[in-house]
Amino acid sequence: MIANAPFFVVGLLFLGGLTAIFMEKNLVKIAIAISVISSSVNLFLVALGYRVGGTVPIHFLAGEGTRMVLPTPQAMTLTAIVIALATTALLLSLIMLVHRHYGTLDIDEIRRLRG
Amino acid sequence: MNPLSVVVRTVCDLFAWFMIVFGVNVLLHGYVTPGGGFQGGAIIATFIAFLLVAYGGRRVASRVNDRLFDLFEEVGLLVFFILAFLGLPVTFFFNFLAKPLAESAGGFIPGVGTVALMSVAVGLEVTGALSLIILTMHRGIRMFRGEDLEPETGHDR
Amino acid sequence: MNWNAHLPALLLAVPLFGAFASPVLSPFGRTTRNALLAGLSFVTLLVSLLLMKSVLAGGTAVYVMGGESTGLALPLGMKLPIRIIMEVDAFSAFMAVCGTVASFAGALFSMNYMDKFTALGRFVSLYFLLTLGMLGMMITGDIFNFFVFLEIASIASIGLIAFWRDRPEAVEASFKYMLISQVSSMVFLIAAGALYGKYNALNMAAIGGLIKPGTMEKLALVFLVGTLAMKCGAFPLHMWLPDAYAEAPSGVSCLLVAVSQASLYGLMRVCFSLYGVNLGGAFIPWVIISMGLASMFFGVTMAVVQHEIKRLIGYHSVSQVGYMLLGLGVGMLVLTDARGMAEYGFTAIKGGMFHIFNYTMYKALLFLAAGAVYYATGKRDLNELGGLARRMPFTTGMFVIAAAAISGLPPFNGFVSKLLIYESVFAVHPALAVVALVTSVLTLASFVKVFQTAFLGPEKSSFTAVREVPAGMLFGMGVLTVAVLVATLFPSWTISNLVEPAAKALVDQAGYIGAVMGGGL
Repeated sequence: MIANAPFFVVGLLFLGGLTAIFMEKNLVKIAIAISVISSSVNLFLVALGYRVGGTVPIHFLAGEGTRMVLPTPQAMTLTAIVIALATTALLLSLIMLVHRHYGTLDIDEIRRLRG
Repeated sequence: MNPLSVVVRTVCDLFAWFMIVFGVNVLLHGYVTPGGGFQGGAIIATFIAFLLVAYGGRRVASRVNDRLFDLFEEVGLLVFFILAFLGLPVTFFFNFLAKPLAESAGGFIPGVGTVALMSVAVGLEVTGALSLIILTMHRGIRMFRGEDLEPETGHDR
Repeated sequence: MNWNAHLPALLLAVPLFGAFASPVLSPFGRTTRNALLAGLSFVTLLVSLLLMKSVLAGGTAVYVMGGESTGLALPLGMKLPIRIIMEVDAFSAFMAVCGTVASFAGALFSMNYMDKFTALGRFVSLYFLLTLGMLGMMITGDIFNFFVFLEIASIASIGLIAFWRDRPEAVEASFKYMLISQVSSMVFLIAAGALYGKYNALNMAAIGGLIKPGTMEKLALVFLVGTLAMKCGAFPLHMWLPDAYAEAPSGVSCLLVAVSQASLYGLMRVCFSLYGVNLGGAFIPWVIISMGLASMFFGVTMAVVQHEIKRLIGYHSVSQVGYMLLGLGVGMLVLTDARGMAEYGFTAIKGGMFHIFNYTMYKALLFLAAGAVYYATGKRDLNELGGLARRMPFTTGMFVIAAAAISGLPPFNGFVSKLLIYESVFAVHPALAVVALVTSVLTLASFVKVFQTAFLGPEKSSFTAVREVPAGMLFGMGVLTVAVLVATLFPSWTISNLVEPAAKALVDQAGYIGAVMGGGL
C-alpha cells in the first residue's frame, strides 16, 4: 500500500492540474497548471524506477550496495525536465505577447479566432 | 526592476562568481557524478539572474551583450554536432574516444571519451540559451512598466 | 564505409546541421542563408529517396545510435535493446519521402515569401528543427524518442506559428496549440512510462513482442490513441488546427501538414505494430473510424462557411484526415481476420496510405497557392479577392490542379485514393461510404466557391498592379504540382511501388518486431 503512495500523489497532481486548466480563467494560472502536470509526470517516471533499498545507479558511487534504482527512468525524467523548461519559457513568453496585444489575461476575452 | 540596496549588491559582487565556479564544477564532473551539461549550464545562467535582481534591469541590459550568449549557443551546438558526426565511420554518436574500463588511467575516472566533451558542449549551449531567456523575459517585464510601450513590432523590414 | 547503412542517421543529421549552422551562417547574407535553406532541404529529400530505395531493396533498416555497428540492436547477448534505435521499414520510408517533399517545397517557397521580414536566421533554424522533429517521429523505433521528437516538432511549430508576432491572431493560435499539445504530450509520456514500468523496455519492437492484453495496456492504448489523434487534428479536439494553419506563414503551413501526418504515422504505428493483434477487439478500430467520420463531416461543414482562404483550407485538412482515419481504421478492424483482410481490409489500408501521400502533396500545394495570393495582393479574405486568373496564370493553374485533386475529380490522384477507400469501407457498412461521398461533394462545392470568387470574375480595380509571384515561390509550388501529377498520371505505378510495400510493412507486425529482436523471443 505504502509503495503505491507516489502513484496516488501523481494521480492527484495530474487531475488537479487538469482541473485547473479547464476551470481557471487566468493564463498565468493555466501555465502553472501545465507545470504541475509535467511535474506529476516526472514524479511518475522517477517513482517507476525506484527499487526498495536501491542505491545510486552510478558505478563509481554505488558503494557496497548491490541493488540500484533503475537509471533509465531518471534519464527520461531529465529529458522531460529539459523539455518542460523550454516549453514553460515559451509559454510565459507567449502569455506576455498575448497580454501586450489584448491587454488582458482573461481567457474568455481572448477570442479573436472563432468559427 | 530597480537596483536593490548596497548590501545586496556587495553580496552579489562577492558571491555571484561562485555560481559560475560551482556550475563549471558540476558541468565538468557531469559524466561521473550527478549533474552534467544541462545542470551545470543552468547553475551558470543564474549568474545573470543574480545581476538582474541586484543591479536592476537597465544597468545590466546596457552592459551585457546578447551576441556573447548567441556565440555560446552556436559554439556549443556545433561542437556537439561535430562530436556526434565524427563517430560516423562506425555509427552516428559513436564514442570514438572511449577506452575500456581496464585501460583507463587511475581507476576512479573512466575513459568516457566523447561523453565528457559533449557535456561541456551542452553546458555552453544551456548557459547561453538560459541567459538569453532570462534577459529576453526581463525585457518583456520592462515593457509593462510603461517604459517603452509602443505597439508590438513584427519582423517587417 | 557503406553510406547506405548510415542513411537513417543522415536523414536526421542533415536537418540537425541546418538548424545548428543557420545562426552562424545567416549573418553572411541573404544568398548564403537561402542556399543553406534550399540546399539542405534538397539533400534531405535525396537522402529520404535513397533510404526508400534501400529499404525497398534490402528490407527494414535498423540503425543503432552510438552502437559498435549499425545493426547491432542486442549487444552482449542482451534480451532487450538498450540503445537509441531507429527502425525504418517501408511505411516509415514512405512517410519520410512525403515529409521531405513538403519540406523542400516549403523551403523553396519561403526563400522569396519571407524575404521582406527580418530574423530569418532564426526562421531557418526553426524550420529545420521542425523538419527534424517530423522525420524523427517517422523513423524512430523507440517510444520515448517519439515523445522527444514530438516535443521538438511542437516547440518549433509553436515558434513558427507565432512568427508574425505583431498579429494578435497568430499569438492566440500559437497559444491555443501550445496548451493542447503540452497536455497531450504529457499524457503520451505517462503512457510511455506505464509501458516501460510493465515491460522494462522502451523500444516499440521489444514491447510489441512482449505485450499481453491487460488493464495497464488498455489504459496506455487509450492515452496513446487519444493524444496522437489530437495531434493529427481528428474531430473532438481539432480546434487548434485551422487556427494554426491559417496563422502560420504559408511555407510553414505546408510543412505543418506533413508534421500532422507524422502524428498520424505514430497513431498507426502504435495500433498496428505496438499492439497489433493485442488491440483487444473492435473497440479501438471503431473509435478511430467514428473519429474519422466525425472529422470528415464536421470539418467540411465548417469549411463551407469560411471566407478566409487559408482558414477554409485548414478546415478541409480536418476533413481529409478523416479519410485516412477511416481507411486505416477499417484495415485495423480486420487485422485478425485473414479473409476480411484479403477481401477489403488491405485495400482500405492501401487507400488510406495513398491518401496520406496525395493529401500531403495537394494540401501543401493549396497552402502555398493561398500564400502566393496573399503575397501578391496582401488580402486573405475571399470577399476582397477576384479576377486573379489573368494576373497570376501559373498560380491559378496549380491551384486548379490541387483543388481538383482534393475534391476527388477523376482522373486526379485524390479520386484514386478516395475510390479505394469508398469501395473497401462499403464492405463494412454502406453508411461509411455514404458519409465519405457526401464529404467529397461538399469539398468540391467549397473549392468551386474559392476558385470562382478568387480567380474568376471581373478584375478588381485595386489589383491592376498585381503580378505573378517570384520564381522561387513558383518552383516551390511546381515541386508539389509535379508530385501530384506523377500520382495522377501513373497511379498504378505509384501504388505498386510506393504504397503497397508501405501497406504491407504496416500490416506485418512480426516483421517489424523481428527486425530488431532478431526473430528471438
